[in-house]
Amino acid sequence: MSFEKINIIQSPVVATPVENIDTDQIIPARFLKSTSREGFGKVLFMDWRFGPDNKLITDSVFALAPPHARILVAGKNFGCGSSREHAAWALVDYGFRAVVSSFFADIFRNNALNNGLLPVQVSEDFLAALFREHKKNPLTELKIDLPHKTVEIIRTLPTGKTESCLRESFPIGEYKQQCLMNGQQDIDYLISSRPFIEAYELGRTQKA
Amino acid sequence: MAKTLFDKIWETHIVRQIPDGPSQLYIDRHFIHEVTSPQAFQGLKQKGVGVFRPGQTFATCDHNIPTRDQEKPIQDESCRQPVETLERNCREYGITYFPMLDPAHGIVHVIGPEQGITQPGMTIVCGDSHTATHGAFGSIAFGIGTSEVEMVLATQTLLQYKPKQMRITLDGKLDEYVTPKDVILYIISRLGTSGGTGYFVEYAGEVFRNMSMEGRMTVCNMSIEMGARGGMIAPDRITFEYLKGRKYAPSDVSAVAGEEDPFSLAVKEWSRLRSDEDARFDKEVSFRAEEIRPMITYGTDPGRGIAIDDVIPACDESGRKGLRYMDFCEGEKMIGKKVDYIFVGSCTNGRIEDFRAFAKLVEGKKKAPYTTVWLVPGSAEVRRQMKEEGLDRILEEAGFELRQPGCSACLAMNEDKIPAGEYALSTSNRNFEGRQGPGARTMLCGPLVAAASALTGVITDPRTMRTK
Repeated sequence: MSFEKINIIQSPVVATPVENIDTDQIIPARFLKSTSREGFGKVLFMDWRFGPDNKLITDSVFALAPPHARILVAGKNFGCGSSREHAAWALVDYGFRAVVSSFFADIFRNNALNNGLLPVQVSEDFLAALFREHKKNPLTELKIDLPHKTVEIIRTLPTGKTESCLRESFPIGEYKQQCLMNGQQDIDYLISSRPFIEAYELGRTQKA
Repeated sequence: MAKTLFDKIWETHIVRQIPDGPSQLYIDRHFIHEVTSPQAFQGLKQKGVGVFRPGQTFATCDHNIPTRDQEKPIQDESCRQPVETLERNCREYGITYFPMLDPAHGIVHVIGPEQGITQPGMTIVCGDSHTATHGAFGSIAFGIGTSEVEMVLATQTLLQYKPKQMRITLDGKLDEYVTPKDVILYIISRLGTSGGTGYFVEYAGEVFRNMSMEGRMTVCNMSIEMGARGGMIAPDRITFEYLKGRKYAPSDVSAVAGEEDPFSLAVKEWSRLRSDEDARFDKEVSFRAEEIRPMITYGTDPGRGIAIDDVIPACDESGRKGLRYMDFCEGEKMIGKKVDYIFVGSCTNGRIEDFRAFAKLVEGKKKAPYTTVWLVPGSAEVRRQMKEEGLDRILEEAGFELRQPGCSACLAMNEDKIPAGEYALSTSNRNFEGRQGPGARTMLCGPLVAAASALTGVITDPRTMRTK
């Protein structure tokens, strides 16, 4: 599976301050029966977006967000629980390119990175400011600059002009940064290193 | 330099180190199941790459399968298809597969140890977050995503950043009605659902040293519920005793007369697997066993747990959202609340000791008439052992039915779903909204709270059933 290269992502956001959003919320287990990676976007956050009778919940954060929002913003400890990569596939398939939170669960972070979905970890203060701005104006945008590892809140003024109101840098290892910018995946690196793996195995058998 | 148990295993598994980047880690054992593996095999096919070391991957079906009538073809087509896909992939790539009705079949984290596939000092992964279970044997075991399953199939390695390390020490003596599940629910309630994120945990101290392998597995299993990638316990005599004679463990019979057998040799190696006296951890936490009472959760994350005889505490906004879902209030008692369903099973509490504890408490008594109880053993071997010990008869006489092995109501992918709005007392590991079925309300507990409540139909403190 290849993914789209990431450079700068600027977009309005879908914002929910809910903390500890687990992967069962992102995609409930009853939708994990497909054996392909495609098509999970339509069941993303199913029980947040649709009622028991499959009726659209018109005031969910998803229904209220601008349709071209490409960034999901959520409270701390996003993606905890099950290791299901379907959560990352569903977010990508729905159209998200990045998720912003003050804290990510480990397995989710890896799954996101392996699918070209950028997990952006921000400070609690930045997250609070972002929720405040978003509440004032739901068209507030975020600009994520991967080469410079920065994230910036872009406020729209009543005149229609935009201004940057807060910026901070976010952590990402150089290896993963390069992978995302070049659309390159761990598996390609690993497959190319098979001779090293065989040498390692040989070393272990000789020791034993 | 002094090293932790984790350091010792990690360092001997590094194939290559990317400068300022992750380590390429060699994986000794890989478990796969029907839900998180099909897309990985599909990826291999698209790349034209084969399985690198098929002998090191073991497969079972557990998430999707029915817990009744396993002799018949799976009725639900959407459940049958992933199982058939797994079977096909295993055949094609030469991977050992334990299908339904096989004596070694069961939940992946129950059968790995049972078959002796899980051993001390190994690196073990599976596309399932509860892979942490295998850490009970003193191995580095953690859950991975499907892309990573594909990497392991293709290369038997993964790129991983070394996590920080935390030691949780528990000394003292547990009350006889406090089970390993209560211990881990207590720890998670103290540290929170993200208290372990970024860390790998070593459980140490008197309580874990004296705990059975089944108990240690229950504890390590739920490490992920505090965000930790995994948890581990240094292997000791209890570990070695458990492994001796199991099918995939080193043989305890010498190949050549007079020579030491492979198992004894392995035990010598395994005995070195412990943290050095002066090893440093990034974080140290300790608790006393006497503080722990039987536990229950009241909210919608596993960190929202209290002693069963406490009242629901004041909550933050996230906690109040959970209380609204559960239809509970701050300050309310848990004891005496009605229970519609009880589920005993899962990779957390589906082992023989859990059913022994349950059966002992309900022996000679009768199941509450209006509570539905699902007893789902974690494996065919657990079920066989229950029959051998006569537990099935005790349970039957008390009005309980024993099912066939699988993940069942823990994540409700099969038909074992809790109806919307109903209350389920569950020995599984997650109480997330909708986890056991859309709208289902889950309270997590250990096998003794489940047993006591199964007799009364309301949440009951097992200590009130003390015989002496």
